[in-house]
Amino acid sequence: MTTLKTAPSPAPEPPSVKRLHPAALTLRKKARQSRALVLPALFFSILVTQIPFLVTIYFSFLNWNQLRPTEIAFAGFENYAVVFTGPDFLPSLWATVVITGSSVVLSLIFGLFFAVLLDRKFMGQGLARTLMITPFLVMPAAAALIWKWSMLDVNVGMVNVGLNFIGLPSVAWNTDFPALTIIMMLTWQYTPFMMLILLAGLQSQSREVLEAASVDGAGPLRTFQWMTLPHLRQYIEIATLLGSIMLLQAFDPIAIMTKGTGGTKTLSYLLYERAFIGLDVGQAAAFGVVTVIVTIAVATLALRTLFKVFMNGSER
Amino acid sequence: MHKLKGTLITTMTWVLVLLFFFPIAWMVFTSFKTEGAAASIPPTIFTALSFDQYGLVFDRGMGTYLINSLTASISSTLIVLLLAIPAAYGLSIRPIKRVQDVLFFFISTRFLPAAASILPVFFILKSLGMLDNITAIGVLYASMNLPIAVWMMRSFFNEVPREIVEAAQIDGANLRTELIRVVLPILLPGIAAVALICFIFAWNEYFLATLLTTSIARTTPPFLASFVDGRGQFLAVLSAASTIAVLPVVIAGWVAQKQLVRGLAMGAVK
Repeated sequence: MTTLKTAPSPAPEPPSVKRLHPAALTLRKKARQSRALVLPALFFSILVTQIPFLVTIYFSFLNWNQLRPTEIAFAGFENYAVVFTGPDFLPSLWATVVITGSSVVLSLIFGLFFAVLLDRKFMGQGLARTLMITPFLVMPAAAALIWKWSMLDVNVGMVNVGLNFIGLPSVAWNTDFPALTIIMMLTWQYTPFMMLILLAGLQSQSREVLEAASVDGAGPLRTFQWMTLPHLRQYIEIATLLGSIMLLQAFDPIAIMTKGTGGTKTLSYLLYERAFIGLDVGQAAAFGVVTVIVTIAVATLALRTLFKVFMNGSER
Repeated sequence: MHKLKGTLITTMTWVLVLLFFFPIAWMVFTSFKTEGAAASIPPTIFTALSFDQYGLVFDRGMGTYLINSLTASISSTLIVLLLAIPAAYGLSIRPIKRVQDVLFFFISTRFLPAAASILPVFFILKSLGMLDNITAIGVLYASMNLPIAVWMMRSFFNEVPREIVEAAQIDGANLRTELIRVVLPILLPGIAAVALICFIFAWNEYFLATLLTTSIARTTPPFLASFVDGRGQFLAVLSAASTIAVLPVVIAGWVAQKQLVRGLAMGAVK
C-alpha cells in the first residue's frame, strides 16, 4: 500500500525526488493529496477525543474535589492507590464483567437462534425480520423506562402479569434482581444486532454445499454442527467483539433502572458517580483511566481479530 | 408430516418474534389509553383510545427537546459526512502510507469509552460557557460517530470499480472532479446508510446529553425520564412520549433495513 511498494524498482528508493520513475512521481503527488484528504478528520478526532484523554490522565494525578475548588494540589499516585485499595473497584470490575459477559453470551445465543429461525423461508419472513430488528433501533433511554415501569414493575408490569397468569408470584425485578434486570434489558436490545450479523453469515453460505450434505444423508443437526457453525465462526467473532465493546460502555439502563444498586455499579457508572455526585475529580479521573485500560484490553483483542477479517481481500 | 413440522416451526418463530416485539407494541398501545386504563390490573384490552396523551406530551414542552435532538443529530451527521467522505476516499482509492495505522487510530477512538474524556470536556465547556449548548453537543456527537463513518465509507469506496476512477483520471479529471462527479454518485446509497447510522446513534445518545445539558439544550433522551412522576400515574403519558421519541429512528431503520445491516457490520458482512 505504500508508494515505495508500487514503484517499479524493487530496491528501496532514495529520498531524492529526481531519481524517481515518473509513475512513482505521480504516486507521490497522489499520496500527498490523500494525506490532505485524511488530515482534517484526523485532526478533528485528535482534538476532540485524544487531547481530553491526556487531560484526564493529568487530572488523575491531582487532589481535586469540587467542594474545595481552591485546594487543587498534586497527588502523585494517591488517587490510583485509592482506586485499587478502596472497597469499590473490585466489585465494580466484577459487575462490569458479569453484566457485559452475560449480556454478550445471552444475546449471542438468542441472536443465533433467531437468525436460524428467520433464515428459513416462511410466511411473513420480511415482516418478522423487521419486527425483530426494532429493539436495536429504539432509543435506549425510552426502552429502559418502558421496561422498568411498564414491563417489570411489581404492581402493573406486564412481565408480572404474565407470571401471575401461569400461576407464579410477582417479582420485584428492579429492586430484588437489579443485575438480572439490566442483563435482560441489554440482552433484549442486543439480540437483534447479533442476529443481523449472524443472518448475513447464514445467507453467505453456499446452498449447493448444504444440499450436497443433505443428499449425502447428513441430518439438519449434523449439517448445522459440522458445516454451518464453522462457516459462521468469523461472523460470531465479529458479533462478539463489537457487542462486547458496545456493551462495556452501557450506561443508560443502569442510570435509569437501578442507579448502580445491587451489583450493577459498572466502571462507567462508578466514574459518573464519583465525578458528578461525589464531586471528586481526581479520583474520578483515576477511575476513568482504569476503565480505559480495561476497555483497551478487550478492544485490542477485538481489533486484532477485526483486522484479520477486514484486511483479507479488502486491501487494494 | 414434513409440512406439519414446517408449520410448527413457523408458528413457534412467530410466537417468539411477537414476544420479543411485545414491549414496543405494548408501549404504542398504552400511549393511546387513559392513565387509569394504563395502570389497571388486569390490563385492559378493550378500552377507549385517544390521542389525549400526545397532546399532554407537547403541552409539557417536548417540542423543544425534539428540536434540540434534531439539531444535534443533523448537524453532527453533516460534520461527520464532511470529514469522513474525503478521509475514506484518501484511505481507500488513493495510495497512502500506513493506511492500517490510520484506520486503527480512528476505530480505537470509538472504543475509547466516553469515561476517558468526559471530565476534561465538562470543565473545558464550563470554562468556555458552553455547557448546555447544542452546538457543543453536535460537535461531540460528530467525534463519537466519525470513526464508524470512516470505516463504513471506506468499505463502500473499496467497492467502486477501479476502472471507473482510472477512466476519469485519464480524461484529465482533477481530484475534486474525480470525487464529486464520478465517485460520489455511485456511492449515494452507501452515504445514505452512513448518514442514517450516525443519525441513529446521535438521536439515541444519553450519557453526554445527561451530563452536558440542563435545560436550553436538553435533548429528548434525558427529558423522557422527567415523565416518571412518583406521585401519580404516568404510564400512558410516558408511553406516548417514548413512542414519539423512538418513532423517527425506527421508521427510518425499517425503510433502510438492507443498508443498515451492511453498515452495522461495517462492510465486513456482504
